Amino acid sequence: MGNKQTTFTDEQLEAYQDCTFFTRKEVLRLHGRYRELAPHLVPLDFTNNPDIKVPLTLIVTMPELKENPFRDRIVETFSEDGHGNLSFNDFVDMFSALCETSPRELKTIYAFKIYDFNRDNFICKEDLRKTLNKLTKGELTPEEVTLVCDKAVEEADLDGDSKLSFSDFENMISKAPDFLSNFHIRI
Amino acid sequence: RERHRAKRRDGDREKKKRRKGRRRRASRAGEREDELQARHEKREAGRRKRAKNYQESEGRERDEEEQAQIKTGKTAKTKKNIKNEKTRKVEQEEGEAEERNAKGKKKHGSAKKEEKDEDGGKCAAKEKTQEVKKKKHKRKGADTLNSLSPEELEKLKEAVDERKKLIQGLRGKPWSMKKKLVTLRESQEFVEKYEGALGKGKGRKLYAYKVMMAKKWMKFQRDFENFKTACIPWEMKIKEIESHFGSSVASYFIFLRWMYGINMILFGLTFGLVMVPEALMGRPYGSIPRKTVPRAEEASAMDFAVLWDFGGYAQYSVLFYGYYNNQRAIGWLKFRMPLSYFLVGVGTVAYSYMVVIRTMARNANESGVGDDNSFNFSWKTFTSWDYLIGNPETADNKFASITTSFKEAILEEQESRKDDNIHLTRFLRVLANFLVLCCLAGSGYLIYFVVRRSQKFALDGLDTHTWWERNEVNMVMSLLGMFCPMLFDVISALENYHPRVALQWQLGRIFALFLGNLYTFIIALMDEINLKREEEKIVKFNITTWEASLYNSTVSENSTGPPITIQPADVPRGPCWETMVGQEFVRLIISDTMTTYITLLIGDFLRAVLVRFLNYCWCWDLEAGFPSYSEFDVSGNVLGLIFNQGMIWMGAFYAPCLPALNVLRLHVSMYLQCWAVMCCNVPQERVFKASGSNNFYMAMLLVILFLSTLPAIYTIVTIPPSFDCGPFSGKKRMFDVIQETLESDFPAWFSKVFSSASNPGLVLPFILLMVLAIYYLQSTSKSYKEANVELKKKLQTQNEENKKKNKRAALKAQMDLEEARKAASQTADSSQRLYHGKNRRNPPAPVREQGLPATRAPVPRNYHHGNHGAPGYLPGFPRQSEPRMHRVPSLQRH
Repeated sequence: MGNKQTTFTDEQLEAYQDCTFFTRKEVLRLHGRYRELAPHLVPLDFTNNPDIKVPLTLIVTMPELKENPFRDRIVETFSEDGHGNLSFNDFVDMFSALCETSPRELKTIYAFKIYDFNRDNFICKEDLRKTLNKLTKGELTPEEVTLVCDKAVEEADLDGDSKLSFSDFENMISKAPDFLSNFHIRI
Repeated sequence: RERHRAKRRDGDREKKKRRKGRRRRASRAGEREDELQARHEKREAGRRKRAKNYQESEGRERDEEEQAQIKTGKTAKTKKNIKNEKTRKVEQEEGEAEERNAKGKKKHGSAKKEEKDEDGGKCAAKEKTQEVKKKKHKRKGADTLNSLSPEELEKLKEAVDERKKLIQGLRGKPWSMKKKLVTLRESQEFVEKYEGALGKGKGRKLYAYKVMMAKKWMKFQRDFENFKTACIPWEMKIKEIESHFGSSVASYFIFLRWMYGINMILFGLTFGLVMVPEALMGRPYGSIPRKTVPRAEEASAMDFAVLWDFGGYAQYSVLFYGYYNNQRAIGWLKFRMPLSYFLVGVGTVAYSYMVVIRTMARNANESGVGDDNSFNFSWKTFTSWDYLIGNPETADNKFASITTSFKEAILEEQESRKDDNIHLTRFLRVLANFLVLCCLAGSGYLIYFVVRRSQKFALDGLDTHTWWERNEVNMVMSLLGMFCPMLFDVISALENYHPRVALQWQLGRIFALFLGNLYTFIIALMDEINLKREEEKIVKFNITTWEASLYNSTVSENSTGPPITIQPADVPRGPCWETMVGQEFVRLIISDTMTTYITLLIGDFLRAVLVRFLNYCWCWDLEAGFPSYSEFDVSGNVLGLIFNQGMIWMGAFYAPCLPALNVLRLHVSMYLQCWAVMCCNVPQERVFKASGSNNFYMAMLLVILFLSTLPAIYTIVTIPPSFDCGPFSGKKRMFDVIQETLESDFPAWFSKVFSSASNPGLVLPFILLMVLAIYYLQSTSKSYKEANVELKKKLQTQNEENKKKNKRAALKAQMDLEEARKAASQTADSSQRLYHGKNRRNPPAPVREQGLPATRAPVPRNYHHGNHGAPGYLPGFPRQSEPRMHRVPSLQRH
């Protein structure tokens, strides 16, 4: 802090450290990144918890998210209003859940939310189709997409309702070798 | 407008819920609570006034959220979810409210406590216990009400502990940050408030002290954690690379950093416990023969060429084994130098083993265990995107690779690929392996030949030969390591394997090549060691005669005068083979480093520059066509790193400077490679990662560690040390230093115990026991594995059965539905006429929405009201059916 203008009080920083997987320095860096997105909107001083939200269109321009096919979904999932407007709290929350040290269980929960496009708490075939199209930039033929969706559901669906509930998803993801290494964003 | 109505409806429902919840609580609380209940309500009203602001703001937020959710979720399904969520939220909120309430009361109570004397305090305590009871009651549902004060204290303690646990686990909770912050604040307040009240008398002080210490400790831990993360170097660099090239390239740099850490510790050990003590406290340079450059070499000892070869002054310095004196204790600290040297040598190896194995175990825990085929498609769908990618080009490559992987998987799924000509591929694969074997054998022979030749040169003396002839061995080894992998790559094109399999083959071959080269080198070195030892015998004999002649001459010339002093530089000395080995390894490392850097500069940088600038005046597109830019070769680089480390482990005993050199090398290559990768490499076209590759490389490292410590330990154990250089000179074997220390520095009984413990009669049974233990553990793990497979099978069959059952249930439900529909259409007309007004007053929608189970998309209760249908999912059934359908059961109900 020193003689610079304070961004957060010590209590705030402690609270953020309690609630996230970040260290004090990282929280400050996150604030810097957040402010970078909309310098005219976001004040330097956060000591009185200003109610500020940065819209989705600005958030997804971050280099960390720019190339991600699921960027809109990620931001929407973590925004409190569901439209992708992120307050600083949501912003920190997002990167905390996606950071390297967050546990598999937490990541699984959020991954499920991200891939659940229509937010019905199930990943149905429509969600899968959207996921696939985003993942391959629509280069698979519709038949292929249908086949893959069917196969994926068949593999992972344990209770036979031809869509994936969270427990199905969790069971499937818990065995995936690449999930932890791929599902994280370093900030 | 519709939204408004929905909101109002929600509000109504909420109120209803709240009332209901209160009722539930009240009934649970029982008779004795009646009075309390009244008070509670009063208090709640008061609290509401107090916390009005808070609630209002929260309410507004909730409304906003609801609005948003309603806007987005238009299907009935979503509404249901919202409702569930809302119910939960309302309940939670109520819980929170009550807690706040309790807190307020506590405040009240404590105030009273202060005001009144003991009686009042008692009263307050009573109140408090009631509160606690209530809280417990609320939280756990069932708790006995008539409890005594120690129990209550216990409970309070429990509650506090619970809160503490909550605070600790908060970061892992999938809540929104706002909620987390609020919960955190409340829990902290709660803990702070009640912690002081816990314990009494003596225990209280202790407890307070404990709590304070715990707090301090937490703070310290956090600060330490902050400090630790601040100490991790190159975080941003790696992050940048990660975003450009994806996690596979970054994994190399993370590995490099990890290696750097290990080498730092090795360096610290050798530097702090061997090199510095000898340099500070040992005898200075020039005091004894082993610490002096011999007369014959003095003239050229400072030449750069000689120093570059680690001869001259470099050879007679703390950098090498030969410089160390066999004095048992040095300096005013009485530092046991030979013992320290030996223990550091052993400790280096032991530490490396420990770290590698621990990391492997951790990796094994982290990586999910599962067979490869069970979730092929779902894994591909959900885990194939690398969230780290932040570069458009890499992203394009990743998209392409994911698409191809899907296409491949689809092809494989549709039909097992027919091999067009199995004989041809088989022949080609055999041919390829034959060629690779030829390469390996050729490289092995070449190295052996070169080493032999260099020995001949060495016998002739270094001055007569050119630079190439002197450095032939290292150069040949480095060049082989550079070109053979390329050759293998070309050969592997013959084989037509799947890229993943091809990568494994390639890795295996390079591994074999490096290993073969290293071992040929070692065998050649062994030859040289034997030669040196022969030489040593002759020198030893010569020295005795020389000493005798010296003695004789002094005696004969003047017997009374002082004995003439001989310059240490003039004393003849043996060919210290340990130093020779150390020098060889240092040279090897240096030349290896040089070749790596030069390859980097030429192969990557120059190529990139040429491609970039010649592209303006060339007949074809250089960037897209033949030379193009190079890709970063992760596996090759990792292997290089591993082998480099192997050489360090092998040579570190004879050249204590090796870890230092390696730290330097790794440091430089971190920067150089980071720069090279960012400026002249392009992202890989086939981005794929061998699954669990981390442990694959770690296993390689372990194998290399074992193989490299093997020759080192062999030489330590079997070959007697040189008679006139090094810390162990004069001993029969190097490990005798342990014996010596035991005998002279420890009490007699200790050495006796030690010697009896090292008796074969004790050691052999111990080894036997260990083998048995290993066997037992292995067999149990095998049986566990089998049980695992069995369980998996069971699970699968169960799943299939479940699926069948569900299908059947669905069919049945559909039939029931048809029946219900018929029945409905029959009764609808009459009922509509009869209960028209009632229906209007009580629209069916809320009824339908209210009693839905949370998790499963259900068959509305209404349908199996009249029939026996099992609750199950209806696949084809539209959940929002015509309102007419609901009327029948609702009528029946009313």
